[in-house]
Amino acid sequence: MTTLTRHGSRRRPTSPARRANGVRGAAWTTLAWLAGLLFFLPVLWMVLTGFKREVDAASNPPTWFFTPVLDGYRQVFDRDLTPYLLNSVTASLVSTLLVLLLATPAAYALSIRPVAKWRDVLFFFISTKMLPAVAALLPIYLLVKQLGMLDNVWTMVVLYTSMNLPLAVWMMRSFLLEVPSALIEAAAMDGASLTVTIRRILLPIVAPGLAATALICFIFSWNEFFFAVNLTATRAGTSPIFLVGFVTSEGLFLARLCAAATIVSLPVVLAGWIAQKQLVRGLSMGAVK
Amino acid sequence: MTRTITAGAGAPPRRAVRPVPLGARQRWTRRAPLLPALTFAIVVTQIPFLVTLYLSTLDWNALRPGRRAFIGLANYGEVLTDARLRAALLNTVLLTAASVVVSVLLGLGLAILLDRRFPGRGVVRTLLITPFLVMPMAAALLWKHAIYNPSYGLINGIAGGSTDWVSQYPMISVVTTLVWQWTPFMMLIILAGLQGQSLETLEAARVDGAGPWQTFTRVTLPYLRPYLELGALLGSIYLVQTFDAVFTITQGGPGTATTNLPYEIYLTTFRKFEYGEAAAAGVVVVIGTIVVATFALRVISSLFRMEGAR
Repeated sequence: MTTLTRHGSRRRPTSPARRANGVRGAAWTTLAWLAGLLFFLPVLWMVLTGFKREVDAASNPPTWFFTPVLDGYRQVFDRDLTPYLLNSVTASLVSTLLVLLLATPAAYALSIRPVAKWRDVLFFFISTKMLPAVAALLPIYLLVKQLGMLDNVWTMVVLYTSMNLPLAVWMMRSFLLEVPSALIEAAAMDGASLTVTIRRILLPIVAPGLAATALICFIFSWNEFFFAVNLTATRAGTSPIFLVGFVTSEGLFLARLCAAATIVSLPVVLAGWIAQKQLVRGLSMGAVK
Repeated sequence: MTRTITAGAGAPPRRAVRPVPLGARQRWTRRAPLLPALTFAIVVTQIPFLVTLYLSTLDWNALRPGRRAFIGLANYGEVLTDARLRAALLNTVLLTAASVVVSVLLGLGLAILLDRRFPGRGVVRTLLITPFLVMPMAAALLWKHAIYNPSYGLINGIAGGSTDWVSQYPMISVVTTLVWQWTPFMMLIILAGLQGQSLETLEAARVDGAGPWQTFTRVTLPYLRPYLELGALLGSIYLVQTFDAVFTITQGGPGTATTNLPYEIYLTTFRKFEYGEAAAAGVVVVIGTIVVATFALRVISSLFRMEGAR
């Protein structure tokens, strides 16, 4: 069994072996930069192509130097990207909020004041994450259809909430476990009520954890495609649905497609760039700090 | 940003479990915060499964309205002998295994490159994680149209030739796209591990006369093992459900060359409208998942600290 612990927050000194030394250090640095640029190249290409005219976008050899135009972006918004973006915002933000509201008390009942079978409950949650979405698709589709909730953004809110709930429970639990129990006991000794304990002691300590959990839930619901493509159409379609419709309806316009792909990816890319530290913790469900 | 993993045989509970048995009322006070989440999870994930079980016993094609008969386990016979489904199972295993293994190896290499200080390290790290943040559907469309396209794609544009990558190497095309997206994920987890490694151990290995390669294979790799396992496990949970990339890049083709289970069941449901069969296939997949997951859960419980309650 493995335990992940934090070794204080002191910065690790750079060992002599790892300090860039001379030619070899420069070679490693170059290699790292090349790897970074290689992985980034497709993204760069996507952004560049979005600013091209269609003729330059589909040229061979590829066009690297051109006068940037906004035609692609203008056409994307002319084709009504906005409602899709709004659907994505609603589905992602509301489901993230719901997940936090459900998961945080549950995580509390699995860590600070645990129920008897907390281990089983924890594994029940994670096992629902392993169930293939495809096995649930048909009954969900039929139920949703029966309820007249097809192509409805609230259906997506519910589904995304259930999709992210296990992750959030695990993450919030790992953050709550970091609250020193002495602190909680001291508060109880001083006669602090539960609400005061939560507001004054728990919340300030787990606030970064809440942010990390929210980030991960937002990313996964923003990017979700499988349920969206099968349960929504024009009214409740989210941004990935817009991208797909873009290609099939009128042939391929690469510059426009890349402009659209850039816009819909932007929120998550920016959020991930800003919150890199939280990203690691979140993606590992709290196991890696 | 010091991260540490300490391994031992069985993590001792941080605090002893309270020995005093709780009264019924106290037990319910403890359960109360859990109930909303638990009820929600049970309703939304377990009821559909029960419905799937029921549907799997029906002969129901939505294109023939009114004909819906109970046929017992006949759908299962059909599903288990279906060559398409067997091909899909094989493709799922291949696609998941290839993507996970390659992205873990690449992620390990990149993490080692980034585990030193060098000018612009933060920028390189930011560049590297970007593929993981791009919307998977956007990534799939980008690779298919702007990169793999035989006449104006980036690969042929730079390297020349007129190879039709997607139809000649369908599986490799899909896997490459997935590896591009998941390598940053693996890198982040492994890098977190590397940065928690104690310098004393490395120094000790050096003093004992171990070369860099020996230090890596004998000291660093065993130490990284839990991180590699964690990355591989979480990667598999997501990659086994791959849908976007297959749907967009190859539509499962040519033939059934890249049809994986999610895509095959999607086809059965929404292209052939064989609801009964799709449900039976779903049940089979769930049973398979339970078998694999039982193993996976064992790994998880050893990877996460499961210290005792307070």
